[in-house]
Parts: sequence; C-alpha cells; structure tokens
Amino acid sequence: MNCRSEVLEVTVESRQVEEAMLALLHTILLHRSTGKFHYKKEGTYSIGTVGTLDFDCDYIDFTFARVSSEELDRVIRKAVSEFKDALSNSGSDGMGQISLEFYQKKKSRWPFSDECIPWEVWSIKVNVVNLANEQERQICREKVGEKLGEKVINVVEVINRHEYLPKMPTQSEVDNVFDTSLKDVQPYLYKITYQITDSLGTSVSTTMRRLIKDTLAL
Amino acid sequence: MDRDLSPQDKKDLDKFIKFFALKTVQVIVQARLGEKICTRSSSSPTGSDWFNLAIKDIPEVTHEAKKALAGQLPGIGRSMCVEISLKTSEGDSMELETWCLEMNEKCDKDIKVSYTVYNRLSVLLKSLLAITRVTPAYKLSRKQGHDYVILYRIYFGEVQLSGLGEGFQTVRVGVVSTPVGTVTLSCAYRTNLAFMSNRQFERSAPIMGIIVDHFVDPPCSGQRPATMGHPCNYRAPDEEDGFAGVQDSQEVCTTSFSTSPPSQVGCTRSFLASFTLHIHQTAKAIVLHAGKEGGVLLVPAYPPHGADAHLTVEHAPNTPGSRYISPDITSTRDDGRRSASPTDPVEALNAFTRKVGAFVNRPVTQITAASLDLPFAAFAPRGLGSEENDPMVQPPDSPPCPSPLQASLHSQGSEGSGPQDDFVMIDFRPAFSKDDLLPMDLGTFYREFQNPPQLASLSLHISSQSMADDLDSLPEKLAVYEKNIDEFDAFVDMLQ
Repeated sequence: MNCRSEVLEVTVESRQVEEAMLALLHTILLHRSTGKFHYKKEGTYSIGTVGTLDFDCDYIDFTFARVSSEELDRVIRKAVSEFKDALSNSGSDGMGQISLEFYQKKKSRWPFSDECIPWEVWSIKVNVVNLANEQERQICREKVGEKLGEKVINVVEVINRHEYLPKMPTQSEVDNVFDTSLKDVQPYLYKITYQITDSLGTSVSTTMRRLIKDTLAL
Repeated sequence: MDRDLSPQDKKDLDKFIKFFALKTVQVIVQARLGEKICTRSSSSPTGSDWFNLAIKDIPEVTHEAKKALAGQLPGIGRSMCVEISLKTSEGDSMELETWCLEMNEKCDKDIKVSYTVYNRLSVLLKSLLAITRVTPAYKLSRKQGHDYVILYRIYFGEVQLSGLGEGFQTVRVGVVSTPVGTVTLSCAYRTNLAFMSNRQFERSAPIMGIIVDHFVDPPCSGQRPATMGHPCNYRAPDEEDGFAGVQDSQEVCTTSFSTSPPSQVGCTRSFLASFTLHIHQTAKAIVLHAGKEGGVLLVPAYPPHGADAHLTVEHAPNTPGSRYISPDITSTRDDGRRSASPTDPVEALNAFTRKVGAFVNRPVTQITAASLDLPFAAFAPRGLGSEENDPMVQPPDSPPCPSPLQASLHSQGSEGSGPQDDFVMIDFRPAFSKDDLLPMDLGTFYREFQNPPQLASLSLHISSQSMADDLDSLPEKLAVYEKNIDEFDAFVDMLQ
C-alpha cells in the first residue's frame, strides 16, 4: 500500500506562522477525527459526537473551524509552537516544513517492535518573510487569509476523493488505528514532525557535496 | 437501479440523504448568521446527532427546508439549493452564493450504505463546515448589521445561478457515491462585487448582509448581537402549530454504530433578527437628506433640535420562501409618540415616500399644511401672500449666474410659495452668514467676501503720512544715536 502524500506551501510573516499552521492542521484533523468508540457485544460499536468551534485568527484575516476538543488543541499548539521557535531560531529567512503523518501500527512478533506504517502524510512548507511597514503587513494579512482559504479547499478536495482509509478496527485493535488517549474525540493515529531549512539551504549543500564527491570519484 | 438494494438499505439511504440535506441547510445558514459557532464534543453517543457531528437544529430553518423539499428527496434533476443574498438598508439586494446539493446518475452498487455512505456523508458535512468559512460571503456575514443583512432562500428543483453575475466561481465541497446515485455538494459564489463599490459601501460594513429572520433569540441569551434587531416570533402563515416538523426530525439516526434513541433538542440556540417598524406620528412629513455616508436617510421635516428620527422596520414575511430581517436602525426619539406600526414594511415605506417635504416641486394647490399633519405646523410661516418678505423666494441679491444651490432654492421657493402654508421651509443659515434682518445666502456671501477691502496700513495716503512723520523725527533720533555711539561700538565688537 502506498502512502498518500500531499504538500501544501504557504508564505507568511513570522508572527503568522503559528495561526497558519493551526488553521491547516486543525482542518485536516477535523476530517480525520471521529467520536469516541464504545464497543458493545456482538461486535457492534457506537460513536460519540464531534463538536466544532470557530477560531478567528488575530494576525490573519481568516477564520477556521476546528474540533471542539481542548486536549487536541493543546497537543497541536505545542507542536506548532516548537516548530515556530525552531523556525525563528534558525535565522531571518527561515524556511521550514511541518508534517502531519497518519499511520497504522502493525503488531510484530517479539523481539521486533511494532511497525508504524504511514497511510497519509501532509507536508506544509512554510516560507517566512519579513515585511518593512504596517501597510505591507495589512496587505499580507488579507493575502495570507485568501491563500489559507485556497489551501483549505485543496485539503477538502483531497479528503473527498475518499481514497484509502484504515478499516474500522475491532476492540482489540482500535489502538493500532486510532489515538484513544483523548477524552472526547478520537483522531486517527498521527504524529507531527518538522524540519528547518536555513537560508543557505542545508539540504542543498548536502546535495552539492555529494555531487562533488561523485565527480571526484570518477 | 436500486433493485439490488435491500429494502432496509433503501430505507436507510433515503433517511441518510434526507437528514444530510437538512443538516447541510443548518450548517450553511448558521455559518451566515454573523457569529462564531461553537458546539461541544461528547464522548457518549446520544443518538440524536446525525452523522456523529454536533450540529444544532434551528427549528425555523428546518421548517423552511422541509417546506422546500415538500416530502421529496434530492435526486437526479431535483437539486436542493440554498441561496445566500445580501440586502441593504435601502432595499437593494444581491445574490452572493448558491449552495447546491445535487444527485447524478453515477451509482456505486458495491458500497455499504449503513457504514461507508454514512461515514462519507459525515466527512462531507465536516468539509462543508470548513468551506463555509472560506467563501467571501462569510466575511460579509460576520460584518452584517446596520447597513445590510443577509438573506437565505431554500428552493428545490433546477439550480439557478444567473443572479450571481458574471465570472462567478464554483467550489466543489465533495461527493459521496451511493447505490442510487452520487451526491454532490458545491457552492457557486459571486466574484463581481461592483454593485457594492458603486454604492459607496467601502466601509467596514460592506454591502449586503444576509437577513435571517428565522431565528428567535431566547430572552436570556446574550449571544445575538445587538445589531440584529428586536426578536420577533416567526409565524408560518399556513401552519397553526408552527414547528410541527420537529416531530419527525426526532427520528432515530439508526446506524450500525448508534443504538440509543435520539432526543431531539428543541430550539436551544435560536435566533431571530427582525426589527420593528415604528412610524412616528410626528414624522409623517419627510425630507430627503443626503446621508453622511452617501446613503439616503429619511428624516422628519421638523426634527427637534439635534435629534434625528431614524426608522426601525418590523418585518413581516411577505414572500414565501424568502425571509429577511433588515438591520436595526434604532430611533433616538423616544418621546412616547410612537404609533402602531403597519404590518407590511413595504407599504409603510411607500407611505413615507408619498408624503410631501420641503423643496418639492408641486403645485401649490395640492399641498396644505393641514393635509400634511406637520409637527409644529402652528409655527410654520404664515401670511406668505407678501412674497417680497420671503427670503426663500427672493433672496437679497440675485446674481446673474446663480450657484446651483441658490438656483434650486429659487425655483423651488418661487414655485412652492404662495398665500397658503403649502410647504415646509427650513431656514438655511450658512456659516458666517450675517446675523441681521436679511439672512444671506451662501452665494451672496461668497461673492461679497471674495473681494475684501485693502488693509488700512497698506493704503497709500496712510503710508505717505507715516513717512513724513518719520522724516521729521529723524534728526532727534540721530542725536540720540550719536550720544550712545560708544555703546554701539562695543556691541559691534562683541559680535565680531
């Protein structure tokens, strides 16, 4: 099974990074969360209810709907905050990428550890720009709001293709598919990772080194 | 096509599509109320939340949706549409977007109804929640209030997009394949907002707002914004029991997941935005004034000093399927003389315009003060038989090229005046006008003061006089300077 990979790219001002990431991550998680499962006899189960909450961004002209779960919001905010700090520490022309990966756990026999098999990865590439004056910032507020709207439409389009989703698990396997640690909602198992590219483009320099080495080796 | 579908599956599918349609309407209309939506997640299934989503049901909206559906389901060639439009306080309206729930012929026989279709419809509703915050009408709806309100209209049948203007954009929310067809949800939204800019609505409160008068605000609720006007109860004209439709919405959302019966909550968060039209007894004569912001305000002919009488309009449903609430323009003249308002605001507004005000070019005989029932009519200028004393008719200086304002005053004053008190006059006192017997009009004032007299000190004979004096006093001054010559020398040395 191939992992589905989607890339979104945004260009924002440094103070907009947090809200832009929250907007996109929460939009994806809204679609990838269900209510809590309650298993009954005979293999049936019932599902709890997912509420939604509108959030107005302060630095972007944008409002997004997210899952009404403070626990989930805390987890996402923590990850985004770490990403933002890493981005700002890297330098003024920071570029970075935050990835939201949905995976399934596959139980392996001892002594092998469980395998994590991703089935959908969302990569959000961020370019941070610096703006000179308030007028530019105001224009940026509106532009970034429009861009985020386009990204939300992209996300919705991908999700509504209804491509692979893990099968609904039995009670014993629910933790291999869903994150059951939250009290009120149940997202698919996910992890958030990020990487920072500095202005010199570390990845670029790695490639160059390799090229030179290869050339010299000939 | 549904031969292979079991009766139970067919029944379930019909129910899913019906409730999906109703929830779709709720999500769209609630997203255009102008407020942030917040519902709680619940880990325990209640059985009342269709598609495992907490979407509240506003009874009036459900009622309208069911009325539009009239027992049918969205099907091939039969689409359910929710049209969102904006209506200004001046009565102009414009369609902003149309949400369409359609069904096409492409079937997926193998799909499981009670599991896959249900879950996919749930995902589609989540997508709708996301997309409704992204289209341009969302921002407009959040800013609705005094200048405009938002309307919604639900209809069933063929999709009508002609009202969206040229260059409208379409965004597809999503599709769900079912054994009887593919459900498609999309939105077509207007991009050409030229109407707005022509009307000078480039303020923070842009044009149209959606007028939604379906929502009754409970007295204790503080959630409804103050700009939405006074609450009023929605009365369905053809139903006595109002929300009879609520009964069958209490159907159990039977899925393989949820087994407990639903308990449909009533109007927990219902809104009603409407406003009450009160016509002042005293404000029957109306003068049209250009409003500060380019709009037109209706004000009474004789406002008390400094007070503006505004109008609040009470809406009565006058078009089936089209509900609106105008923004609340509250009256500041609460002098206890509010009369009972007519139930039809259109009629009331027409009644306004039929009244006669100042500067109206009407033959004298048609208008009398008595027929106007003016406030302070007793104070209106009488004895206008002698037109010579009437400054409005014959201003002091009639220039050869009158200013436009003066020309209009001329024409209206001369035509309108007469022996009777046949029109209302407002003394027009421009700034700097002389405070004497003849109030000067602006044109005269301007011409007079365009060429002011020269300054006295600059006039020739005065300057020559002073020069003669200067010459005479010169010898004395020279003597004084010679006496103090040492001081002057020391001063010069200091400077060097």
